[in-house]
Amino acid sequence: MGQFQSRNEEMTNEIEEDDGTEDRGPVVVQRSSAALTFRRLARDPASVIAFLFIVALFAFAIGAPLVETWTGHGVITQYRETALSPVGLPVGPNSEFLLGGDQLGRDVLVRIAYGARVSLLVGVMASLIAATIGVTVGMLAGYFGGWVDFVLGRFMDLVMSVPFLLAALALVSVFGPSLPLSVSVIVFFSWTTIGRVIRAETTSLSRREFVQASRSLGAGHGYILLRDILPNLALTIIIYTTMLIPNAIVFEATLSYLGMGIVPPTPSWGGMLAEAGANSIYLVAWWLVLFPGLALLAATLAFNILGDGLRDALDPSARGRAVFRKKKKSEEG
Amino acid sequence: MIVFIAKRLTFGLFVLITLSLFVFFLFFVAPGDPARVVAGDKAPEAQLQQVRENLGLDRPMPEQYLRFVTRAAQGDLGFSYRNRQPVTDLIVRRIPVTVSLVFGGVLFWLSLGVPIGIISARNPGTWKDRLGQVFILLGLSFPTFVLGMLALYTLYFLPRTAGFTLFPPGGYAPLLDNPLKWAWHLALPWATLALVVAAIYARLTRGQLLQVLGEDYIRTARAKGLTERRVVYRHGMRATLTPLVTQLGADIAVLLGGVIVIEQVYGLQGVGALAVQAVQNQDRPIIIGVVMLGGLFIVTTNLIVDLLYAALDPRVR
Repeated sequence: MGQFQSRNEEMTNEIEEDDGTEDRGPVVVQRSSAALTFRRLARDPASVIAFLFIVALFAFAIGAPLVETWTGHGVITQYRETALSPVGLPVGPNSEFLLGGDQLGRDVLVRIAYGARVSLLVGVMASLIAATIGVTVGMLAGYFGGWVDFVLGRFMDLVMSVPFLLAALALVSVFGPSLPLSVSVIVFFSWTTIGRVIRAETTSLSRREFVQASRSLGAGHGYILLRDILPNLALTIIIYTTMLIPNAIVFEATLSYLGMGIVPPTPSWGGMLAEAGANSIYLVAWWLVLFPGLALLAATLAFNILGDGLRDALDPSARGRAVFRKKKKSEEG
Repeated sequence: MIVFIAKRLTFGLFVLITLSLFVFFLFFVAPGDPARVVAGDKAPEAQLQQVRENLGLDRPMPEQYLRFVTRAAQGDLGFSYRNRQPVTDLIVRRIPVTVSLVFGGVLFWLSLGVPIGIISARNPGTWKDRLGQVFILLGLSFPTFVLGMLALYTLYFLPRTAGFTLFPPGGYAPLLDNPLKWAWHLALPWATLALVVAAIYARLTRGQLLQVLGEDYIRTARAKGLTERRVVYRHGMRATLTPLVTQLGADIAVLLGGVIVIEQVYGLQGVGALAVQAVQNQDRPIIIGVVMLGGLFIVTTNLIVDLLYAALDPRVR
């Protein structure tokens, strides 16, 4: 019965949403579709919590210097007297070091705050660039078809057949680890996911009547692509970009974990975990793994939940329909 | 069918050639002098020149590339800059570890991901489905190395401080010496590798199966009076297999990345660990060799996946 209830809820939602649009009078259809999506999203508690968490995480990252002032601990300052025990082991969480100290006597809390900057910066920036490339290539391949599609499609296949972490290692060994290199590597190996989706959607969109109408009115390729097709892809782009972010964050952390990403002593979550893993020091100092690990997990989880929520909000029928049909079938049978 | 195979083979070859060009030119334009790495920091210029001659580094670029490719095709990947050993030997020696890891990992993740997806799809909206969804979300979000470190802490270190050994801290035991010890050593790495990737398969199986179970031919199958088990596994899963196999092809690269990380976390001396050490040592022939091997592995598995795909879905032939 659970399915029927949720189905009914969804139906009443639609009616309420219709009322809402009526109150505001005539609204452009494309805008209202986006508005509907975000209204549906706001009704999903998991997505709302994830969204609030992401906002808080950004605030935490931006306010990292405030954390530094508040604790009075510099991000790369070593407190050998207070954060290390007499035998030289890091001290656990206490009133002075809320999340404990690390193997060099630095404050884990302050380092997590600065690490959030790296993770979010790389995650968001790489995803935005990857999305831009993916959308451009996907639209060109899907719209023009023919040999353009063939060449771009093979290129995407090629990128997907490259052992990406190995290739990243090769690049790092040549150019040395750095932030721009990390971002470029992540971009190069993640734009294909969104590229494929956009290509498929553009192919079906460009056969629709409104595109033909536009063409018969004398619109050029550029106009059709930017004014007719791109707006229709907007929500897909938002969803897939959101879904790229957690992958980019994990990718960056993995590079840093392998010592190929952010160069120490600049803190990054992956780098902190790598330092904790070196000499297995985390076995006697659990906070060195637990807190950066939790930060990393919570960040990726929040972006994944938000992405899932956005996808369901964009197309609630995709989920409901299958459930509904299945239910009908089993009642018949 | 032959045309299809030929097409895929050509593409595979194209991938390998592009990859070899990529690594080769990457290292050719690279800053830093390989002769310096081989001869040491204090070597005089004459000795550096000698090393360059020996390694063929003084030859023109296309000639070097051709020599590299013809030798690589014969299984000769050159010598390590550090200890002068043949790269092929260094890699081959470490292959059992990596193959064991990959083999067990794939087995684990398919036997974990697909059933979870099926259970989820057969009971949509129930607590079983919810649990499946939580598993999927956690699996998709967990970075491999965080999971590995947590596993080591809770399943190796905590039991050991309590006075008994549940799992080893890592390392590898050869299969032929003692299969039980082999499996015991690899259990945690397998599980870690599997948990993270299984989520992708659980989600895919769930989504596909839900869709398929809504199709008309499933209704027909039920109307014929087939048992639910037969409907789901014979008719439903048959259509779900094709996207699963496609995904398997796309995930080989993900798998190789996971292997590098897992080997690092559990201190396994496999091919991935070799690559990481080579990067730290600036040992270029090894890096080139491992990248080419990874590419070959991906191309071969993709070819197998394509053939499987063609066997499962006659329309692509």
